[in-house]
Amino acid sequence: MLVRRVVLVTGALALVFAITLLAGLRQGLLTLLGLGFGAVLQGCRFGFTTGWRDYIERRNPHGLWAQLLLLALASGLMLPLLAAHPGELVGAVAPLTLSLLLGAFLFGAAMQLTDGCGSGTLYKAGAGSPLSVVVLPTFMLGSFLGASHQPAWVALGGLPPVDLLRYGWPTALALTLAGCALVALLTLPHARSAGPWPRRWVIGAILLALLAALHLIVAGQPWGIVYGVGLWGAKAFAALGWNPAADPFWSVAPHATRLVEPIVFDVTSVTNFGLLYGAYAVSRWRAPVTTNLPSARRLLVAATAGLILGYSSRMAFGCNVGAFLGGVSSASLHGWIWFAMAFLGSILGVRLRRRIEATAT
Amino acid sequence: MDTTLWFRRLTALFWLALTGLILLDALTAHRYRPEPPPIALGSGQAPSGGHCSGR
Repeated sequence: MLVRRVVLVTGALALVFAITLLAGLRQGLLTLLGLGFGAVLQGCRFGFTTGWRDYIERRNPHGLWAQLLLLALASGLMLPLLAAHPGELVGAVAPLTLSLLLGAFLFGAAMQLTDGCGSGTLYKAGAGSPLSVVVLPTFMLGSFLGASHQPAWVALGGLPPVDLLRYGWPTALALTLAGCALVALLTLPHARSAGPWPRRWVIGAILLALLAALHLIVAGQPWGIVYGVGLWGAKAFAALGWNPAADPFWSVAPHATRLVEPIVFDVTSVTNFGLLYGAYAVSRWRAPVTTNLPSARRLLVAATAGLILGYSSRMAFGCNVGAFLGGVSSASLHGWIWFAMAFLGSILGVRLRRRIEATAT
Repeated sequence: MDTTLWFRRLTALFWLALTGLILLDALTAHRYRPEPPPIALGSGQAPSGGHCSGR
């Protein structure tokens, strides 16, 4: 066991060292934070998808409450920083477009079929879940295509961004905390007793909030997932001969620069790499992992849903991390709208999942 | 095929493919850029990374 742990830690250090060497100290620090994200997500089994499904199917609100705790803590740490350092630190603020409504709904439905949202797919793939390993390539393809089509979706119209920080960070924080409390209260009348609140989720929420704030301090922007995943797809297609010159998304700054630079220069990519390895290391910390393979039909459904997951995440300006956590903790109204629509989508997704599982047995 | 063996092969393939693609990309892409300060806070510079929110 000791040898395995030494190998796992050495691997983590080698990853941070290699990325620092290739891309500089900031990227190395972000890789380190990515390792932390992966370790916490896997170690605490902190999933957005499962938390929502637990509430939809069994009226168990524990997972949802842990997410609200994460939002409240992250907002408390990040909003004063964003307000005090405009220009250096930038929040995740996006417009309230039709694409946000539709994209978030589709994302919420798809994440129940892939059994993982943006962060969930990555950490489970890192830990070696066959379902998530199969989903990751289609998630990448969908995210690439969705980014490419994002300008056209946004052009369908909507309202401009609503950034609550314009009213000052105390007001923005008070409104955000009130939002978290309201959602928690709304779940109370329907909640069924499910024992004490699992400590691992509380610890996970606290650690993820700290890591999210550190990410903002180091990168100057909130933690994200799908930008990097889409970039990997764009790079793969560019390597196969695709010309991004006429693409409405990938031909403009800063995305065009990201395409010609090494992938280790991209903020989101290096945190994703760290996240993948952090989850891998934690999953193998105690013992080697074995798993049961899902049926071919289940894998095919998940892979197809992965395409929708990636595509819709770009319509909706991000996934559960970039749009929900990043948006809400930046006091952007789009984060709350993303949550409402994605949760509605998840209600549909849970029903579809149940039907697929019933026909598979 | 034994599921444990299949799982190990899948995991190994995943990490080999990921590492190989990162190395290939790092060796072939344009490698020079002004390195940003280690920490954005206090740097006086605007963040330059892309983000899912569309920036």
